[in-house]
Amino acid sequence: MASPSRSRFGKLFDEIGTVDQVGIDERVAKFTTRSIKKGSKLWGLKTAVTMVDLTTLEGKDTPGKVASLCQKARRPSSDPDVPPVAAVCIYSFLVKYARQWLADTPIKVASVATAFPSGQAPLETRLEEVRMAVGDGADEIDMVINRGLFLAGEFQAVQDEIAAVVEACGDAALKVILEVSELETFDNIRAASFLAMQVIREGDFIKTSTGKASGSATLANNQVMLEAIRDFYLATGKAIGMKPAGGIKNSKMALHFLVAVKETLGDAWLNNSRYRFGASSLLNDLVRAIDKEKSGAYQAPYYYTEAAESY
Amino acid sequence: MTSTRPVSRGGSPSVPELIFGDLWQYDPAPETADPRIKLRYDLFIGGKFVAPKSGKYFSSINPANEQIITEIALANKNDVDAAYSAAAKAFTSWSKLPGRERGKYLYRIARLIQDRAREFAVAETMDGGKPIKESRDFDIPMAAAHFFYHAGWADKLEYAVPGANIIPLGVVGQVIPWNFPLLMLAWKIAPALAMGNTVVLKPAETTSLTALKLGEILQEAELPPGVVNFICGAGETGAALVAHPTAAKIAFTGSTDVGKIIMRQLAGTDKKLTLELGGKAANIVFDDSPVDQAVEGVVNGIFFNQGHVCCAGSRLLVQESIAELFVEKLKRRIDVLRVGNPLDKNTDVGAINSRDQLDKICELVDSGTAGGAEMYQSKCDLPTTGFYFKPTIFTGVTQSHRIAKEEIFGPVLSILTFRTLEEAVEKANNTAFGLSAGVWTDKGSRILKMSTLLKAGVVWANTFNKFDPSSPFGGYKESGFGREGGRQGLMDYGKIA
Repeated sequence: MASPSRSRFGKLFDEIGTVDQVGIDERVAKFTTRSIKKGSKLWGLKTAVTMVDLTTLEGKDTPGKVASLCQKARRPSSDPDVPPVAAVCIYSFLVKYARQWLADTPIKVASVATAFPSGQAPLETRLEEVRMAVGDGADEIDMVINRGLFLAGEFQAVQDEIAAVVEACGDAALKVILEVSELETFDNIRAASFLAMQVIREGDFIKTSTGKASGSATLANNQVMLEAIRDFYLATGKAIGMKPAGGIKNSKMALHFLVAVKETLGDAWLNNSRYRFGASSLLNDLVRAIDKEKSGAYQAPYYYTEAAESY
Repeated sequence: MTSTRPVSRGGSPSVPELIFGDLWQYDPAPETADPRIKLRYDLFIGGKFVAPKSGKYFSSINPANEQIITEIALANKNDVDAAYSAAAKAFTSWSKLPGRERGKYLYRIARLIQDRAREFAVAETMDGGKPIKESRDFDIPMAAAHFFYHAGWADKLEYAVPGANIIPLGVVGQVIPWNFPLLMLAWKIAPALAMGNTVVLKPAETTSLTALKLGEILQEAELPPGVVNFICGAGETGAALVAHPTAAKIAFTGSTDVGKIIMRQLAGTDKKLTLELGGKAANIVFDDSPVDQAVEGVVNGIFFNQGHVCCAGSRLLVQESIAELFVEKLKRRIDVLRVGNPLDKNTDVGAINSRDQLDKICELVDSGTAGGAEMYQSKCDLPTTGFYFKPTIFTGVTQSHRIAKEEIFGPVLSILTFRTLEEAVEKANNTAFGLSAGVWTDKGSRILKMSTLLKAGVVWANTFNKFDPSSPFGGYKESGFGREGGRQGLMDYGKIA
């Protein structure tokens, strides 16, 4: 097994290039020294709100919790200046409730499917889950790739599975979760990004993590994937979106991620059709930071309603 | 699988391109710490600020806006005499002080620099034009680090050369450049003092401010009077300092031209000499390198401190098979460099140090375009006052272009290509200089091979412009001789008794 898979990786790396960890860490450290103040800060915070996929993915989720989440998604703050979020992201069996609560809003219903988070179910079961979620009204599907096949070097099989999900999605947009912490190296994250991008459609996304494994969205992971998206776009003209998920807890981090987008992919990616944050607690911190910019003072956390946290 | 190498941009309008526009602009974020600059600075001789015997003062301007920031005393021959006699007087007791006592003073200086780091960073940026994030994150912390490192050596000199007794040289005359004013000062003073020498130092005439501010720190640290003396002025003052009979050693960092003059001046005397001069470093990128990180390293190598770096990677040698891709990526990268007010925390490339230097850069760049090399400049706007130059790259450069041979000392990169390792080495070594080089490749064995073949004092692998007080720095050929930093640098300030 070792030798054929190794040569497959070698071939892929030759094709798409490799990543140096020290260099990536140095590059992203520069993003964190950007000083974002005043008007530019407010713009960044509001834009980040519009990019949030407000998420609840717990075993104890209920239709009632989804109702609460949807209300928070529509009105994250009592300040009417704060825009609604991009989407709510939930388990597939809850899609029909969210659809109901978000009728007549531009907010998308995103559903994790394909035996999230492990993906360890037969392909036909996973595809059936996707079809059911779409049938219940999901606008977007978040799938996980088959990490076992990827690490074994079975790239064609990985791509075939993604392609099958694309087909099952129909008109729904697809977000392909690489689960970066299980891919071990930056080289592999770049490789998996390319494999996914080659079979998904313009407007689909690649996504860092499920949020269920240790080590998820970091600036460095995000940067490797942004650079993959850039190189792929410049070579093919196909613009793929990006969604870091898991671990982006506060507004300062979110601004660093947006700086990375601005300076790597440029203005065309600074909107929620090409960039999303998979998060729950981030939203209240963004709202709180917006209030602070306007009033000059931080409010106590209990002023902010918890939609996804306190159940 | 489709080809994933980006295609060349320009040409047909359907070619995809990124938009680095103004959708999200960063608001100004100026560093506001008070630099505490006096209206006028005297010479620092014998532990006191004293009026110059010349009676003259010259203005120091902020290259970012051409405004005068302070007046600085001009030292003539008599002032140089006074400084040397103060240093000679101090040498008697300083050199006999136990090493651990000298070390205490050096630790104290290092800590006081850290205490006033923000103030010094702002002063350095206003005086020299470098971006605040560099003076804040590199210059000032590294200057403190050099004092800390050499403080550690002061009481361990008997272990520097086992079995031998190392003694100081005497009074050392030092002349430093304007690109890293406080850091070069630390590189010079810290090892000299650790070894037990006393010092007469002349900062560059455009950047004397932080040296004189350090004079205040030396007073606060209660360093014995005369151990360190600062005299200011231009070439004439420097010549008097170098020629002075009291000097046991001259240490110079600056241009190769001046270095040669100093060598002639010292010929036939028993003065020791170390020179750290110009460079024209090659950054060599092989086709198996991680391209984006190599691009980042090349940008860091040439645009750090506006290219006012003697070890700047001013020649890019890129393997032919990836040259086109590499240059495209490089262009996109320099388009997002932020050029402007050096005090803004988001500025990547600041102001050129002086009008003279700006003129020199323009002259060399013109020679490049006149010689048929193709120029690309970043799409940034420059401030209307002050001295600025756009990040610039030249393609189609040959070995015989002036921009490939002469040190530009500005944000200008000359790009050449190569096919084989042998050709890369030949081109890299085909220069009068030999200060530094960079190698970018995934192959460890190739790095080791290149590091022995390249005639350069420092060879960085898969990184560039990395410094540490414990790592000796210095050149081959016309880049000078002697080392600074590490045990080797220390030994250049002592002799075996």
